[in-house]
Amino acid sequence: MTGQLNLDAAFAALADPTRRAILARLAKGEATVMELAEPFDMTQPAISQHLKVLEQAGLVARRVDGARRPRRLAKTGIEAMDQWLAMLREALERNYDRLDAVLAGMQDPKTPEGEKR
Amino acid sequence: MSKLKMEVEGDTHIVITRRFAALPEAVYRAHTDPALIQKWLLGPEGWTMPVCISEAHAGGKFRYEWSNGQGRSFHITGEYLELEPFHRIVHVERMFLPDRTPDNQVDTRFEPDGVGTLMTIRMTLPDAQTRAAMLATGMEHGMEASYARLETMI
Repeated sequence: MTGQLNLDAAFAALADPTRRAILARLAKGEATVMELAEPFDMTQPAISQHLKVLEQAGLVARRVDGARRPRRLAKTGIEAMDQWLAMLREALERNYDRLDAVLAGMQDPKTPEGEKR
Repeated sequence: MSKLKMEVEGDTHIVITRRFAALPEAVYRAHTDPALIQKWLLGPEGWTMPVCISEAHAGGKFRYEWSNGQGRSFHITGEYLELEPFHRIVHVERMFLPDRTPDNQVDTRFEPDGVGTLMTIRMTLPDAQTRAAMLATGMEHGMEASYARLETMI
């Protein structure tokens, strides 16, 4: 482990909606496989398979607590989620920057709506 | 300079605020008139909205379809619940990615702010789990741009 975010593995892991939902759930706190499986209407082996991909991508880590193996977001997982959020924000910003230009065109006082040809 | 503010509120809300240097009437029209919506509601570079249907009256439906011109596309459908020109829009929407996401109820207000407009979008998701998944899923669209950036960096 280099501690570096492996972008290829991380993006591949994030390409699946169930895995994104698992990360979103873990962003709220650690959870066991059983707790993760419950809201998804999926079997525990299916969830375990997704967790394996997330762990190999360095996004999720596990802790030993007696017989429990609760999963949590790894530091790189948190960084990946932050990066996701930044990208969503950027897409929104781009939309609204474009809207600024559309509004400027609509409001040009020299060409009121009624006088446009 | 970041004029956009995006926050989570309680367990199920997302609140977005943004100021515009235009009157509420213009900002409202840019959110309801299909010809105007198609000019700006596009997401990352390279995406267009080939289909934009917006029946801007209570009970009216809307449908937005996006495409990146390279085989990737997705769409949103919704219904207008309440329209108060040029002050407020309440609608419900869901994404098809291609699976249908849970309904998102959206209350958008346009308030006079000096010579401009303060827009406040308040989204209500069915539960905390859905909100978290939506924040993650919404970013799929943004990923296109980052892949493109990665390609130019390599």
